[in-house]
Amino acid sequence: MFKDLFRAKQKYVTIRQREVPDGSLQQPEAAKKELPDGLWVKCGQCNQMIYHKDLVKNLKVCPKCQYHFRISAWERINYLVDPGSFQELYENITSGDPLNFPVYQEKIAKSKKRTELKEGVVTGVGNIGGVPLALGVMDFEFIGGSMGSAVGEKLVRIFEYAAEHGLPVVTFAASGGARMYEGILSLMQMATTCQALSRLAEKSLLYISILTDPTTGGVFASFASQGDIIIAEPGALIGFAGARVIQQTTRQTLPPGFQRSEFLLEHGMIDLIINRKELRNTLARLLRYHQRRKRVINQ
Amino acid sequence: MSNGSNYNLDFERPLKELEKRIEEIKLFAEEKKIDMSEEIARMEEKAHSLKTEIYKKLTPWQKVQIARHPKRPTFLEYINLIFDGFIELHGDRLYRDDPALVGGLAYLEEIPVTILGQQKGRDTKENIFRNFGMPHPEGYRKAIRLMKQAEKFGRPVITFVDVAGAFPGKEAEERGQGEAVARAIMEMAGLRTPIVVVITGEGGSGGALAVGVGDRLLMLENAYYSVISPEGCASILWKDASKAPQAAEVLRITADDLIDLQVVDELIPEPLGGAHTDPEEMAIRIKTHLLKNLKAIIDLDFDHLLAQRYEKFRRIGRYLEE
Repeated sequence: MFKDLFRAKQKYVTIRQREVPDGSLQQPEAAKKELPDGLWVKCGQCNQMIYHKDLVKNLKVCPKCQYHFRISAWERINYLVDPGSFQELYENITSGDPLNFPVYQEKIAKSKKRTELKEGVVTGVGNIGGVPLALGVMDFEFIGGSMGSAVGEKLVRIFEYAAEHGLPVVTFAASGGARMYEGILSLMQMATTCQALSRLAEKSLLYISILTDPTTGGVFASFASQGDIIIAEPGALIGFAGARVIQQTTRQTLPPGFQRSEFLLEHGMIDLIINRKELRNTLARLLRYHQRRKRVINQ
Repeated sequence: MSNGSNYNLDFERPLKELEKRIEEIKLFAEEKKIDMSEEIARMEEKAHSLKTEIYKKLTPWQKVQIARHPKRPTFLEYINLIFDGFIELHGDRLYRDDPALVGGLAYLEEIPVTILGQQKGRDTKENIFRNFGMPHPEGYRKAIRLMKQAEKFGRPVITFVDVAGAFPGKEAEERGQGEAVARAIMEMAGLRTPIVVVITGEGGSGGALAVGVGDRLLMLENAYYSVISPEGCASILWKDASKAPQAAEVLRITADDLIDLQVVDELIPEPLGGAHTDPEEMAIRIKTHLLKNLKAIIDLDFDHLLAQRYEKFRRIGRYLEE
């Protein structure tokens, strides 16, 4: 009996965030699959053991050190949006293989199977704190959250939908950047998404961009950095060029915390860093600030 | 890379050998006072057809090599050959003047325009000064400032794209390179004045797109435009940067590819042997294409122009809809 107890204790997975040698951004192992109940999870930052159920209850934020684990698009939607209010839109837009690129179709198939998503972003409408809004939530698990034609198209459509219906927009970025497998077509999504944002601006509609771990490359250098208000989750990796490339090219030593949320706040690149557990409340307050007052014009 | 004289295009080797032989024979004929003009003419004709043959079937990777040729004309050289009365304007009014991105006022024939482009150096010293033509955030912010100025005074904007890629540097990140690139894209998308873009050499990813949104996109025959460098792509795909030639194939980065993909509107043919072999001729061709394209849009109503620009980029993506 005691033996069994000890054995049970051995059941844990290590979650550590790290950069693999090729510079791509490897996600913590916990994010790879929904962990079965009853497992202990080790925090990648403070090494504390956390009971999995407690971690989920805490929105996958380490209760000891506030380390934010990466989470899926649907996990975000479920904790943020008023229950029953979310309606997915444009779920039928998916990636083809326009350039007939090596390994791309396998990558798509694997990501679809693993994430049960059809693409790297979930788009739709819902309410937060009773305020209706349009949402675009990226999922890093789908080919590194990379932006190809389908991701770009879904974002553009939701921006256009919001402009047409007078809705504020919130996006969650979680992406390694442009999707290499679609070549120049991916690069052009930076232009199309930015363009569509200008439609919102023309109508004075609020756009809040939320940067999560990681937000890099062509996604950071397009719609994600153009929010009227930009919020980051604590400790998220946010930047344009990769740290490894910078070190190789310039031989510069990079300061600790380089390209983390706190670094960006210090350098004036973002408005706020908000803990995931506070985010719903903050968003509700910000959305309420921007609700239009009906103007009574005195004549 | 820093010195043009020892940059060899390996695919030109048979041609170079033949040209060397011709020179030797010429010298020999002169020394010995023998008339070999017939022989020389025949060989020169052979050299020309060999050159034509080589340049007719360049691979994407060979085009990348031409696009990166250290003697390829730079923006400042084109300015002198294409425009009149150039006045360079400096600075982003926020941090500093970025010599990697040049901008100012000029006349295209009689049309006053604002011109902008990345500026590579000609030698090591100049390349260090100009950061190898890779702008920092302040370069993109200068571009934005000059574009807004062009809009205010009703001048069309012409941009020349030639950049290896956005600059990977600590300071560039600290000063918000991602934001600067995105802001430049946003501003170009909504700018109420015509914009013509010419991709003259390297169209390196975000650094290129930051001055690459416009109503008309023109591209030189041997330029390339890509989401990632062929070397970078090869490292990711095959863990081997030396497979860049294969990556250049699959990425579809040549002017022909980009016309197929409806990203680029028009190809500008280069003189045989590449733009660097005859910069004057290249400049004349660019000027002709610029005038034609600018005149086609210069009198359009701005709402109409912007709607067209929106549609142009809007329809580029290729996806499935079930």
